[in-house]
Amino acid sequence: MEQSLSRRRFLAAGARGLSAAWVATHWPAVLAAAEHAHKSTLAAAPAKFEFFTPEEAKEIDAITARIIPTDDTPGAREAGVVYFIDRGLTTFATDDQKTYREGLPELQARVTELFPGITKFSALTADQQDEILHTFDEQTARARRPFRARPGAQNFFDTLQQHTMAGFLIDPDYGGNHDGAGWKVIGREREHMFQPPFGYYDKDYPGWEAAMKDMEKK
Amino acid sequence: MSVDQPKYKTSDEVDFVIVGSGAAGGILAKELSSNGFRVVVLEQGPYLTEADFTHNEIEILAEDKLTNHPKLQPNTFRKTPDEKAKPQRALVYGRCVGGTSVHFTANFWRFHEIDFVERSKVGAVPGATLVDWPITYADLEPYYTKVEWEIGVSGLAGASPFDPPRSRPYPMPPLPVKSSGVIFERAARKLGWHPFPAPMAILSQPRPGRSACVQCGFCLSFGCEVGAKSSSLVAAIRVAERTGRCEIRPNSYVHKIELDANGRAVGAVYFDEKKTTHLQKAKAVVVCANGAETPRLLLLSANKQFPGGLANSSSLVGKNLMFNSGGVVTGVYEHPLNDYKGYCVSRVLHDFYEPDPQKVGFYGGGGLDARYDFTPISFAFGGLPPGTPRWGKEFKATLAHNFTRTMEIFCHGTSLPVENNSFSLDPDLKDAWGLPALRLTYKDHPDDLKLTAWLFERANAIHEAAGAVTKWSFPPQEQQFGVHLLGTCRMGNDPKTSVINPDHRTHDVKNLFLCDGSSLVTSGRGQPTMTIMALAFRAADRITALAKRGELGA
Repeated sequence: MEQSLSRRRFLAAGARGLSAAWVATHWPAVLAAAEHAHKSTLAAAPAKFEFFTPEEAKEIDAITARIIPTDDTPGAREAGVVYFIDRGLTTFATDDQKTYREGLPELQARVTELFPGITKFSALTADQQDEILHTFDEQTARARRPFRARPGAQNFFDTLQQHTMAGFLIDPDYGGNHDGAGWKVIGREREHMFQPPFGYYDKDYPGWEAAMKDMEKK
Repeated sequence: MSVDQPKYKTSDEVDFVIVGSGAAGGILAKELSSNGFRVVVLEQGPYLTEADFTHNEIEILAEDKLTNHPKLQPNTFRKTPDEKAKPQRALVYGRCVGGTSVHFTANFWRFHEIDFVERSKVGAVPGATLVDWPITYADLEPYYTKVEWEIGVSGLAGASPFDPPRSRPYPMPPLPVKSSGVIFERAARKLGWHPFPAPMAILSQPRPGRSACVQCGFCLSFGCEVGAKSSSLVAAIRVAERTGRCEIRPNSYVHKIELDANGRAVGAVYFDEKKTTHLQKAKAVVVCANGAETPRLLLLSANKQFPGGLANSSSLVGKNLMFNSGGVVTGVYEHPLNDYKGYCVSRVLHDFYEPDPQKVGFYGGGGLDARYDFTPISFAFGGLPPGTPRWGKEFKATLAHNFTRTMEIFCHGTSLPVENNSFSLDPDLKDAWGLPALRLTYKDHPDDLKLTAWLFERANAIHEAAGAVTKWSFPPQEQQFGVHLLGTCRMGNDPKTSVINPDHRTHDVKNLFLCDGSSLVTSGRGQPTMTIMALAFRAADRITALAKRGELGA
């Protein structure tokens, strides 16, 4: 399991870009912070779930895998989003516990209403799963409305959608985005600091004075 | 990091107690303690330092680690005074040592000459309480220069033909340009406009104990891990501490200014971390709690002598609130800009600072900047074009393609002062300490919305000239939420129409001073912190002179 910590590598990179005085003053404190972050990361991929039952975790994982699907690049599943959410529900998102506890059964009720005989979201095909999730698109839901209105389920899907974004895209040092999978997808380099040129349009920038002169010539 | 701080007793009558340690409070602490005074700074938030600052978006987005907390400090909102306000988050401000200057973007424009004399120049604006400042740009210029040199501002003097006069160049060169800045600069020049390197309160060169910017990309909303952002925390508080005369007391929530029978302030009453109440005695009180909490504290301090709130004989405490108008026009380009790298803003344009109201049909002006102020998570929520699905294959593809190819043009503008726009005490809702919550009343002056729409047209023209693949904006909307908290205890010569005099002394209480966004008379064109810091340097000089003349004594 890769534990390459960007913050630690940032420190290991030494004084590149950092003033020696700053490093001398702050190194011990920042190192301590990096150690703490390192330990949190280790704790962030637990062998067992803290909030979800294994059955619930399987359902949540299946939903997140449709929110950010796996194709030729990693999706929510590869980023371990379900672990991030599980940990979140016992730390920063304790307020959302009720939303999950009540919302998942309501979503599963939609599964049974649309696909009689099936009780689990994870038991559906990918297309069927998408059909369930499309019932949360407001307009579609209004057009079809094959089930009883359950605002709790709507709230649950919105919350889960947000938590999936967070778990997919957070700095990998903080308990999600396993192996930087989300950042690979969006093209964010996993470095703690950068130097110019940053992108395509500034790489040939001649500098302020020269750019002014170029403009005057034209 | 507490360095050689004295520990005063609450019963020690120190020279000054300062409420709040942000852009103004930090500077005043530095200046007053450097001038030989004994100072206690009471900060409601915790004392965090570089080692506490991370790139953890959850701490910032979900836990409000650096800012006021919506659960502990709920707010209400209404548009007009005849409505009943409903619970709704109405503002964000820094709640830690250093205040909002810890997490801000660090745009550091000076106000221009016009900002101080607008009323004289353009005349009365219907529906607005626009007045001139009692001081001018020339009065403040030396202090703008002081801010730039003392806290560290990078920029290029003379690069904007619209810049007001300055007595010294910037102390250090601009930060490196970003792709968004190059796109913006080339297109704006094509259109005949005058983009220039953004003045930023971020170090482009190291200073003792502080690194130059390492371009980490977690700037807006985050504390700087290397001390490159010139917050009060790193640029002022630490200097104050080194005098040996200044105590920074965090987790101290001031909720009352105590007066004696003669109507003089005797100190500040606060809750400590355990909600135990203390009175810190002082010869004078300086409130720098921001444009929302400063008026709230005055209103909370109402007593028999001042039943309408302290220093409120004008009835203007909390009123004439200005947020700054504005919004973004977003563009997506063919190639990766990788603007997620580095600080937010590298180019600014001030060609529209003073449009002629007769020609454009509204009052006000603005500035445009080229920026990228997203983090990966905030981009997924707020950076995608309208109509993008919220989940699934197409969502993922758009996210993956756009993250590195997006930039924004932010249109910053005037908010006209309107007397009904205010912070006041909610009659029902209480905070976690049982005190009345902040109630926001706000409805933009119609000209502010016209101005924003007009600036959007110019921003669209830049994206167009730059060859953006797609671009979009949302129609300007009336604001219900603010981060620039301005004008609520305005400065003026007349006690009937202002709360503080040009020395920042309240007209009603001789040893009570206010200095922060609340002091501003007009909103400028969008970037108030530079002016708040300049005012704080100036206020420190004025207060020191008064103290040395014995005008603060008992």
